[in-house]
Amino acid sequence: MKRFVPPALLLLAAVAPFSTLAVPGLFEGPLNSPGTLQLLAVCLVFGALALGYDLLFGRAGLLSFGHALYIAAGAYGVDILVSHYGWSLWAAAPVAVLGAATLAALLGSVALRTSGIAFSMVTLAFAQVGFILVNRDPGGLTGGEEGLPMVTAGLPSALVGVTNTVNLYWLALAVLVVIVLVVHTIDRAPLGRTLIGLRDDERRIAVVGLSPYRVKLLAFVVAGALAALGGVVHALVVGGASPHVASSDLTLALIVMAVLGGAGTRWGALAGGLLYAYLDQRLARLGGDLPGPLSEPLFLLGTLFILAVYFVPGGLAGLRTRWEPLRRAVRRRQVADSPT
Amino acid sequence: MSTVILLTLTGLGLAALYFLIASGLSLVFGLAGVLNFAHGLFLSAGAYATWWAAPHVGLPLAVVLGIVAAAATGALVELVLIRPLYARHTEQVLVTVGLSLAGVALLQSVWGADARVFLRPAWASQVTGILGANVPDDRFLLIGAAVLVLVALLAFLRWTRYGLIIRAGVENRAMVRALGIDVRNAFTLVFAIGGALAGLAGILGGMYFTSISPGQGASLLIFAFIVVVIGGLGSITGSAVAAAGVGLLQQFVNYYGTAGAGDVSVVVLLAAVLLLRPAGVAGKAVTA
Repeated sequence: MKRFVPPALLLLAAVAPFSTLAVPGLFEGPLNSPGTLQLLAVCLVFGALALGYDLLFGRAGLLSFGHALYIAAGAYGVDILVSHYGWSLWAAAPVAVLGAATLAALLGSVALRTSGIAFSMVTLAFAQVGFILVNRDPGGLTGGEEGLPMVTAGLPSALVGVTNTVNLYWLALAVLVVIVLVVHTIDRAPLGRTLIGLRDDERRIAVVGLSPYRVKLLAFVVAGALAALGGVVHALVVGGASPHVASSDLTLALIVMAVLGGAGTRWGALAGGLLYAYLDQRLARLGGDLPGPLSEPLFLLGTLFILAVYFVPGGLAGLRTRWEPLRRAVRRRQVADSPT
Repeated sequence: MSTVILLTLTGLGLAALYFLIASGLSLVFGLAGVLNFAHGLFLSAGAYATWWAAPHVGLPLAVVLGIVAAAATGALVELVLIRPLYARHTEQVLVTVGLSLAGVALLQSVWGADARVFLRPAWASQVTGILGANVPDDRFLLIGAAVLVLVALLAFLRWTRYGLIIRAGVENRAMVRALGIDVRNAFTLVFAIGGALAGLAGILGGMYFTSISPGQGASLLIFAFIVVVIGGLGSITGSAVAAAGVGLLQQFVNYYGTAGAGDVSVVVLLAAVLLLRPAGVAGKAVTA
């Protein structure tokens, strides 16, 4: 039964835009209103980004603090090619993703010479250079602090305009499916088991005769390409690229998502990304009504995250295993109480 | 010539800020093994406490209050949040990440996201002529404070009992515990010292930039991280040398190169150091 749950959820997500169901409290408009669809599309993008990041963090055990760089490479890459050079989206997107993968290969080959905390620091520093460059607006390419709005002339007409928000939603869903398939295929392949072996004990992988460096670099490049793919869709969904996608705050948010959902599990990071993005957007809109620090979404999310690290170590995915003993105990009591 | 002198002193002023932040980070990492992302929060706590108290009690007392507030924040964070997660390093990093996110948001909700004007002593706004260069006096304030802290810190580590425990703990924590010394008190002490130094950096940074904002800690923190890695984790003198190198390089390249090139050159320096001397300038082994 359990294996039919993901396809069923996918089907549900795919047909959701046809429903005019209004869910008061959860969403502002009915499900098929452009506002709700955009919110959901952003959630899907962050679910995909968090799962891609978890390939490094949860599976290979590489705590990269510079993942935003590759997301920004995808978002700005496609935005610059379409808006400044008038490329079509279908030409610009693969070039942006390939460019980001090349960048990941170059920087990863340097960063992976270090390990542990030093690796985190080096990736953080590399990403910071990206952030500074984007803010400095070299040659008028990135639009500086204002960001670069997407010029719609190069986009297919089906992705332009408020009435076509539903197509962006489906696009985000499709990319999410692609990233899930890639990550889960790696999970099942020998590469996935090697990554987990690296996370648990790098020396053993080396003793078996595999090169930890090469395997880690491969994972780094794949994760970079997936991040760029997510960045491309993010730029499409929000209509451009802004320096926020290059900031270290975004990488920290990805870590929070992965840990909230359950790092290294099959669906955990994805669920964490969906939940985080939903809360982030909804709390920002509801925030005006709440008093004091509660009006800041990041205050609530940061506090929630700290509590989760202490009290829910496995994240959302770990909850089920924690519920199981409780449920069994309750069931046993019910059996004992029944008059047979 | 006057330009070179001005750039050198400005670079050293910036280096003083980096050193004050990096020395605390380096001690905390060297002893407790915690990569502290909440260090920027300590910095902001000191800066905002001073900014808030200055109109009430005058600047000198407000500076003391700010440093005490930052030290208390550091000690409190260690006691309440870090200690329960002893020896679980990834979780400790995650908690400090959450704390830095929530802390900046808390400051924003109380004092707003905009920069606030920061008071400074009147003499810090004047300039002194050195070999034809007009150097603003706040540079000397920063450099003087950093040199004092460096000397005091080295003296503390060399000639006091707690300094001895901290040095031994950086070298080999398990051995210190095996000798019957509760090294956890030293953890709290190191967090308080790191907090105090970060608070001082926040106050001096406020005087240097003449304003404070909630995000200031995070932007300085990244360069402090770079300084810590270049200097070698756990080494105070390494941090001082690396801070001077990074500050000077950044100033000179920013002046003679294009805008932003200085920041990029610092990262290139980091990559070069890591490739040539993975353990940093001071040569202590870097492992997670």
